[in-house]
Amino acid sequence: MFFYSVTVILLLTSFFADRKKTIRALKIAWRKFSNILPMFIVMLVLVSVSLYLLPQELIREYLGEEDLLKGMGIAMLVGSIALMPGFIVFPLCGILREQGVPYMVLSGFTTTLMMVGLVTLPVEKAYFGMKTALIRNGIGLIIAVIVAFATGLVFAEVMQ
Amino acid sequence: MKTKFPVILITAYTAFIIFSLAFGYQPGKDIGTNFLSFTLSMLKILPGAFILIGLFQVWVSRERVEKHLGENSSIMSFLWVLLLAGTTVGGLYVAFPVAWALHEKGARLQVVLAYVGFAAVCRIPMIIFEASFMGVKFTLVRLLVSIPLVVISSVLLGRYLKAGNWKMISPD
Repeated sequence: MFFYSVTVILLLTSFFADRKKTIRALKIAWRKFSNILPMFIVMLVLVSVSLYLLPQELIREYLGEEDLLKGMGIAMLVGSIALMPGFIVFPLCGILREQGVPYMVLSGFTTTLMMVGLVTLPVEKAYFGMKTALIRNGIGLIIAVIVAFATGLVFAEVMQ
Repeated sequence: MKTKFPVILITAYTAFIIFSLAFGYQPGKDIGTNFLSFTLSMLKILPGAFILIGLFQVWVSRERVEKHLGENSSIMSFLWVLLLAGTTVGGLYVAFPVAWALHEKGARLQVVLAYVGFAAVCRIPMIIFEASFMGVKFTLVRLLVSIPLVVISSVLLGRYLKAGNWKMISPD
């Protein structure tokens, strides 16, 4: 994995340059990790439940909604709640596209997935506080609406 | 401030999973499987990410961060965090601790918020994946619309929070 190769190379370089500093870096890493760990566990609990409540088949069914605005609303709601890795999301969107789901529904779905995170809220709250976390997520939702409509314009889905 | 361990939630959840395994309650077993698979995929990323944050803490000077991302930094600061976000792995849950590490070293709030937004919408591996499934046009529209909006909203939110003397909380 590329990411770990980079990490290991940097860690080794650091170690040979300054052993003490490197050990301090690892201690900082552990302290930071262990302090946020409880919130990560809460996030994992929420993810595991949300994945159960919103399985792929259900998402496919929901996003296949005929009415454009209704479809977008559902897509953004699901996108805000769920947390999915890219390697699941985009193949899924590819399938949905082939089934005739409009691009704007899909961009609303992916953008909310990326920017709005109900399940990451426990982690976000620990750093930003609840109020700021909520504002940031609200902004993400607004941006997703704008992105979706821009997509609809470019793909000529809103002009009828 | 330390984040408190959510004892009740974790206990109830664990009990639920054990109960489901013991009595063969399928939804509970599915949820347990989800938990396990997501934990594993997160464990592949988090240790590396936090090691990099630790290295950043000891090797990068406060002066340098302040110069490029601090209160008096130029518009270029947004470009730097855009590049950093492009190489961020995982998702928002990795971006938050990185954002905090940047802020701790003197990066201004607007830039930190922009980093979080960028890390959400323009991670390079994700972009490549998206473009290959959805087409370059789809991805370009999304990026060209969301990047400026992230900058504008981060500047506004940053100013608003600063006006209210808001401070980022340290979870460590």
